[in-house]
Parts: sequence; structure tokens; C-alpha cells
Amino acid sequence: MHELGITQNLLNLAVQYAEPAGARRITALHLVIGELSSVVDDSVRFYWEFLSQGTIAQGAALHFERIPATFECRDCGAVFPRNANFMCPACRSDRVQVKQGEEFYLKSIEVEE
Amino acid sequence: MPEIPVIRNIMSINDALAAAVRRQLDAAGVLALNIMASPGAGKTSVIMRTVETLKSEMTIAALDGDIATVDVEKIARTGIRVALINTGGNCHLDANMMTSALSSLDLTGVDLLLVENVGNLICPAAFELGTHYNVVIASVPEGDDKPYKYPAMYRGADVLLLNKIDMLPYQEFDLAYFRHGVEVLNPGLAFLPLSARTGEGFDAWLDWVRAAVARQRASIAPSGKPGVSQA
Ligand SMILES: [Zn+2]
Repeated sequence: MHELGITQNLLNLAVQYAEPAGARRITALHLVIGELSSVVDDSVRFYWEFLSQGTIAQGAALHFERIPATFECRDCGAVFPRNANFMCPACRSDRVQVKQGEEFYLKSIEVEE
Repeated sequence: MPEIPVIRNIMSINDALAAAVRRQLDAAGVLALNIMASPGAGKTSVIMRTVETLKSEMTIAALDGDIATVDVEKIARTGIRVALINTGGNCHLDANMMTSALSSLDLTGVDLLLVENVGNLICPAAFELGTHYNVVIASVPEGDDKPYKYPAMYRGADVLLLNKIDMLPYQEFDLAYFRHGVEVLNPGLAFLPLSARTGEGFDAWLDWVRAAVARQRASIAPSGKPGVSQA
């Protein structure tokens, strides 16, 4: 449900970049979102339909680039997807760390001038 | 169709507001804590016990993000300044709500501001408030798998309290498993097991608060340069 606030931030950010570029319309947004960011795509789309109405971003397509969460073992160097116990599946070490999955940014927008 | 590169955190607009809140708090010499937990983990009881013990040493105020006034009334009975942040049923506080809530709270002479966030482990993690530290409260009855299920909340924590440790003998709670998940997500995170009911472990938490308040005071007093650095 926090997607409402997130989507509002997203819309404001897109407009903030489109207006100085002289864009008449925003036609698409490219988002990069890591698995650890806990954002539900469908929920963002739902709020987007509603919030973008009457703005220069009305009807813009949302493209989600999803980055899976991965962990890295500090003992054997293995890189592996998130699992239930945060342990290295290769050497069973518990000395692991988060490698990726926290991405949460607007990469670019497509506009009509 | 032209493409404009952006590459900015989606929350950058909220974060700019949060930075303004931080400057306001620093200018007032206030150390602010964002207290997050799932419902029933004991946010209000930790706050109550903290206030009851520390209010003779420092001036404390509270902001309570809630849809009901039950907790606010409880906190108000301790005699400190408290204001409700009406979230309108929202699942988290954000920097914008903080901005308006601060305008309704007199910060004069306040040393410590406790901000009680809305109870859940997902949504509050996405929104910086401008507070100095994120305090996450877990509790024994919730189970030992919470870090594995809600990684974002634990990634963003500056201090972690494990409440209701008086219930450890009666619950299946693997402390080592819990700590392992926390350590992977947030290496070296300050971890303070305690019970707001019995008071066990509470002194370590109070000392953590005292030290944070002292750092904020020290950062303002001698040089006239407000602001604490956040690790
Ligand atoms: Zn390994």
C-alpha cells in the first residue's frame, strides 16, 4: 500500500525532469527496482493510472527492470539467489553479504517534444 | 521519441523533504528517533518506559503516527508534549507528514523526539523522515524469521531492539538464527535484547539513547555547527 506514496514521488520526479526539457508529454518511464525494495509492480501501475490523470504523464507506459536479490559468500566467493537461511549453498558458510537487489531508481523517461 | 536519462532514486523528492526536516531538528537541537515495528511488537510500551525513565534527565516530546488516538492519550499521560500525525489510514509516515506535524509541536528546549511510525515492517522502510536514527523493534512472539522476510526494514535500521525477551523460555525462538539474518543484512548493527515489561536489558537501550542525545548536543554546542553524522 506504500506504493501510493512511492508512485506520487515517481510522478513528481518524472515531471521534474520532463518540464525543463520542454517535453509536451511523457510517454514512458523506465524503472529499475531491486527485489529487496518490496515494491509491487501491479500496485504501482494501479496508482499510476489514477495519479497521472490530468498530468503530462497521463497514459505513460511503465517499464520495470527487476533486479533479483543476490548474496555473495565471503569465504568461497559464490554468488547465489536469496534463500531461506541466508547461507552459502556451495560451502555452507554463514559469512555472506547482500550483493544486489536494493536498486530503486528512475533510469529514464521517454517524451514527446 | 527522445529519451531523457534520469537515474535518480525514486524517493529523491521525499528525501529532499526529509533533509529539510533534519535541518529543522538540528537547528532546534533535537535528536529524533524513527521507531518502527510490526503491530504488537511493543512500540508504545518501549516508548512509555523510555519516557518514564528519562523524562527527569531530559526534555522529551513525541509524535505518534496513527489512525486512532489510543496510543497518543497513553503517551500524553506521561506528561510530555505529544502530537498525533494523522496518517489518514496510510501505512507509513513520510517526510511531508513530518513537516506538517512539526509545525504543531513546540520543539523549544526539547532534547529528544520520539516518532512512533505506523505498525508494519514493509512500508515505513521506504520513507526517510528526516529523523537521525531508525530504531527497529522486533519481538520474540513474532518469530525468529522476520529479518529473512522483511530485509528492507533490517537493512535500514541503525539500532535493533528485540523486545519481550522475558518470553524466550516459552517460545520457539532461535536467537542465533535471528541474529544471523540481521548480521547478513546489516553487519555490525547495534542489537539490544530487552523487555519493556520487566525492564531487563533496558539500561543498555537507555544508555544508547543518552549517548545519541549527548552527541547531538555536542555537535551543536561548541562549534555552533548543528548536525550529527549518521553512520
Ligand atoms: Zn561459500
